[in-house]
Parts: sequence; structure tokens; C-alpha cells
Amino acid sequence: MDQKERQILVSIISSVLIIGAYVLYVYQRQVAGNFEILDDFSFWGKTFLKLIPVAIVAQIVIHIIYAIINRIITNEDIPSKDDERDKLIELKSIQISHWIFVSGFVTAMVFLALGSKPSVMFITIFVSGFIACMVSEIAKFIFYRRGF
Amino acid sequence: MGKCLIKNNIRKLRFMADELTQQELADRTGVTRQTIMAIENGKYSPTLELAFKIALVFEVPLNEVFSYDAGEEITKSEK
Repeated sequence: MDQKERQILVSIISSVLIIGAYVLYVYQRQVAGNFEILDDFSFWGKTFLKLIPVAIVAQIVIHIIYAIINRIITNEDIPSKDDERDKLIELKSIQISHWIFVSGFVTAMVFLALGSKPSVMFITIFVSGFIACMVSEIAKFIFYRRGF
Repeated sequence: MGKCLIKNNIRKLRFMADELTQQELADRTGVTRQTIMAIENGKYSPTLELAFKIALVFEVPLNEVFSYDAGEEITKSEK
């Protein structure tokens, strides 16, 4: 397994851990026993806005820790720049994640049109965003594994 | 993913260049060793710029490094 593949695996695992921990935290602190809050628009606004800096900082910290451990174990540096194949793989995986997220967004709008609660729409958008992120990383991993 | 129709002689040229390693070729063309490996195995077709850089490293014309295997495509279009 090369450096890029290991980095992608770290990204997948860290994303699952960060999102899992954040959802659990929000559920325990605000949602448990108070399900009416799910239909409060400001709750969703705050939840999404807080997730962005939390996820960015946590990803940076995890990647720094990974880089240090990787350097100690393999004595190799993480490549600092991407070449043309890396960029093409990145583009293809972004394209896949874009379509998944758009599908999730359309599904959320269908739920709204059918008269579902706003919470269903927000949960659908959140879940589709997470799935899009995961599928994008998995697609990248597959592209690197098979060459392109 | 379609079959790669661009063939290459990179392995042979590396051997003739005093067994130049994939890493050395990668360093001299500004890409990663994995990209050189993918090109050599016919899994990735490089851009024209990278193809010229590889040819420059071996000091040979581009068509001595890469060739286009159009036989299969011509057979398909004739059907």
C-alpha cells in the first residue's frame, strides 16, 4: 500500500470518527428527550455551522499525528505536491461525490414536497453529504489501487 | 474504464539507460513513482507534456517511447 492509499484510509477513518463523535455529542447534549428541536431551523443552522470548523481542525490534527507516526515508522515524508494523475483522480472523485450529494439534495426536496417535516430534509442532506464524502474517498482509493 | 490503447517502451528504455529506476525517472519528470508505474503498466495515459518529458529524459523521439495501437479501434469501426 503506497503513501496516498494510506492517507486516504486515514481520511476515511477520521471522517467516520469525527462525524460519529459530533452526531453523538449533539444528540446527547441537545436532542435526547427533546425531539421537537429537530424541527427548529436555528438548531440545524448552528449544528451545520459548528461542524465545519470542528471537522477542519480535527482533520488537520489527525493528519499531523499521522504524518509524525508515518515519519517515525517508515522514515518517509508525505508527498507535498500532487502530480497530473493525482489531480485527475481528485477531479473524478469530486465528480462522483457531487452527483451523490445532488441526488441527496433532490431526495430531500422530494420529501419536503411530499409534506415531510423539515427535520427529514435536513437529515437527508446531512446523510447524503456524509455518503458523498465517503464514496469520494473510496473511489479515490480504488483509482489509486488499480492505477487510474 | 476503456482499455488503454497507448503502448510504451519505458521498461526497455529504463533498462538501456543503465537500469534507471522508476523513482529516478519520476524525479526527473516531476511526478510520483506510482504515476510512472501506472504508465509503464499501461494503466494510465500521460498528458502530452509528461510524455515529452519522459522522451527527453531518454533522449529519444516521442514515438520511440509511446505508440498508439489503433488496430483494435479500426477493426471496431469497420464492423
